[in-house]
Amino acid sequence: MAQICGAEVDEEGFLVDLKDWNEDICKQMAADDEVELTDEHWGVINFLREYFEEYQIAPAVRVLTKAIAKKMGKDKGNSKYLYSLFPYGPGKQGCRFAGLPKPTGCI
Amino acid sequence: MATKKFMYLNRRSSFGTVYAIESLEVVLIAAAFEQDVSLAFMDDGVYQIVEGQNTDGIGMKNFSKTFHALGDYDINKLYVSKESLEERGLSESDLMPLVYEDEDDDWAEKSSIKVVTNDELKAIMSEQDVCLSF
Repeated sequence: MAQICGAEVDEEGFLVDLKDWNEDICKQMAADDEVELTDEHWGVINFLREYFEEYQIAPAVRVLTKAIAKKMGKDKGNSKYLYSLFPYGPGKQGCRFAGLPKPTGCI
Repeated sequence: MATKKFMYLNRRSSFGTVYAIESLEVVLIAAAFEQDVSLAFMDDGVYQIVEGQNTDGIGMKNFSKTFHALGDYDINKLYVSKESLEERGLSESDLMPLVYEDEDDDWAEKSSIKVVTNDELKAIMSEQDVCLSF
């Protein structure tokens, strides 16, 4: 099985054990995707991690967009902003960087 | 695509079998298709939404927290059998406060839980296009 910074990942690059997550793994995943992490990325990544802690699921994009709008404002809670940060999808790529499983209902 | 009425009927308790968590997964996946989704809890299924569940001792994920996300998925019709609650010495105050934000009205948080009699539940079921039992 593939590894990132010594942690096992599945065939789509998601962490197998969510407890393995740390910032270095996140940075390595971003580097592999040629994404340079900014404070704005970290804002979303931390939001995703808090969401998972609270609800035990990775949110669907529609729900993520709505939840971010509520917490961080409408200028951030929209698909355009989120896709500008995570070109492969705020759900799929964002959750992977955040060490979450693939979003339930991600189609 | 025409909207259909889907009801997910939950009749087993949270842990011990895989039915409860699988039902919830299907509900969340189905929510992506923007259908008219409702959930019903009867028999031991009412235990799924009881407040204060703790899975520390059994090494399982406490997915009861996930019910709180349903409101964000626009799932806000959770019917609970009055008789099933009473048979187990439970009442609505023992259930988790599951709410949704009313986007069509005043954006206030409203309860998603509706305690109904089995006769009322039967009538609601007969209005559904699809009823899936777990």
